[in-house]
Amino acid sequence: MSLLSLLAALDDGSTSARAATENALDRAARHADLNALITIAADAARAAGDAADAERARGARGALLGVPFAHKDVFCTRDILSTAGSKMLANFVPPYSATIHDKLQAAGAVLIGKANMDEFAMGSSNEHSHFGAVRNPWDRSRVPGGSSGGSAALVAARVVPFATASDTGGSIRQPAALCGVTGIKPTYGRVSRYGMIAYASSLDQAGVIATSAHDAAIALNVIAGFDPRDPTSVDAPPIDIDGALAMSLAGLRIGRPRQWCGAGIDAGVANAIDAALAVYAAHGARIVDVDLPSSEHAIAAYYVIAPAEASSNLARFDGVRYGHRCANPKDLADLYTRSREEGFGHEVQKRILTGTYVLSAGYYDAYYHRALKVRRLIAEDFARVFNDVDVIAGPTSPSVAFKLGEKLADPVAMYLADINTVSVNLAGLPALSIPCGFSDGLPVGLQLCAPWWQESRLIGAAHAFQQVTDWHRAVPGGAA
Amino acid sequence: MSLQTSTLHHIAQLARLRIEPEHEAAMAAEMSAVLGLFEQLAKAPVDALEPLSHPGDPTLRLRADTVTELDARDDFERIAPSMMGGYYLVPKVIE
Repeated sequence: MSLLSLLAALDDGSTSARAATENALDRAARHADLNALITIAADAARAAGDAADAERARGARGALLGVPFAHKDVFCTRDILSTAGSKMLANFVPPYSATIHDKLQAAGAVLIGKANMDEFAMGSSNEHSHFGAVRNPWDRSRVPGGSSGGSAALVAARVVPFATASDTGGSIRQPAALCGVTGIKPTYGRVSRYGMIAYASSLDQAGVIATSAHDAAIALNVIAGFDPRDPTSVDAPPIDIDGALAMSLAGLRIGRPRQWCGAGIDAGVANAIDAALAVYAAHGARIVDVDLPSSEHAIAAYYVIAPAEASSNLARFDGVRYGHRCANPKDLADLYTRSREEGFGHEVQKRILTGTYVLSAGYYDAYYHRALKVRRLIAEDFARVFNDVDVIAGPTSPSVAFKLGEKLADPVAMYLADINTVSVNLAGLPALSIPCGFSDGLPVGLQLCAPWWQESRLIGAAHAFQQVTDWHRAVPGGAA
Repeated sequence: MSLQTSTLHHIAQLARLRIEPEHEAAMAAEMSAVLGLFEQLAKAPVDALEPLSHPGDPTLRLRADTVTELDARDDFERIAPSMMGGYYLVPKVIE
């Protein structure tokens, strides 16, 4: 059931929050083979469902009162295990909650559990989790994408109507694309990062995955908003959902970057994107080819900048104050190095080492400093294109979901899965992915990107598409 | 480019990571492939550009000079691996 229809059913009394919660828990159990949840908070969820029903009986109507959801396990939840998919935090029960958790609690949403993810959000396949890989509901031999693979799989399998997620280089949009659901990464600064376990702080942004743009917008408006506890939080007006729903495609200028649609894009993906843009054109949008010439440097710049920030952020895990601590350290250096070696998985160690390398004396100028200049080049590319178009559109991912294990041995091949998403984070722009067709029976995602703070335009363009197509209603076999 | 084992050890020491000898070759090979990817940054026409370290407004916001954090000492002690008398315990540093 979609978020909107569940809210309507709760409002008219045809279902209860407790029944919706039981349904979500039941579906989570039936889809346990997806390995999409690290923690199931069944008792707390039932109590929250009952509390929501009691509030509704008193006439209360919170924005999400009684709606079950899952958090990506990157968000701290007081008294509930919060692991970031890592052995380092396998026993970490935070003493505080993320701001977005407080906001969801205040809106009455019912947390059923914490979703599996790539360790510390580092990955594009959800295979880098201490708690095992997540499987794609459309084909269990394939990856769900990452790093928010658990969130995307849960929404695709209709376990919950929405889930929180985070996006540093595509971690909301790419799994949304590979699982056939809608995922939105807001403008940098729209959603508080307080209590979100950090990967790369100048790129990390929280968002949501849902089954439609309208549903995603409702949940996003709950978690968004200024937070004094996040120094990069921005006091921006909320998304104008009514305005977005009323938006017409007539005259909308859609830029199609040649660099997003060129070599390396699977033919089946390219065909689905062409067909989607034809739908936009048929409803009055103007499709124009545009150039983002610096896109070719985006992967390199991103995989310098993000690991550099990660190497700094993850320095806090030292085995002293919280998290994994090695047994019988012989001295302080042994305590640090062995706790970190035992607590971090291979991909996380590789990114910490890469980040340390590009920041070290002798390499800083050639790599890190230069990558920051390329970042400016990429941001200027977008600014120039947005002088002429309202949104940019192209494939979210160059391929559909790949096989588990297929890219594990080749880090560069894995990183190239992010080729169309990372530049958006480098520029801080809002973007979303919506289902727009299938290739070989697997979902294809269309990425739409807008200028800073123009989420309403994104939601409007996505909603209009979802009014005239059914791709977002398709559910994996057995998950109906 | 190919990452030398000695460089890998130096970097690991800076990052306070220990790499098991049996993982060294694989880590060096994977990092070499990733560093190879970075070579193309040299081709980007950026000499006249200022670096962009943050996508938004880089000015730090000031806040009122008031206490906002509550005393959460017990909470933080509870999640610490080893505590005694309000102190975090680590191996002896000074004999």
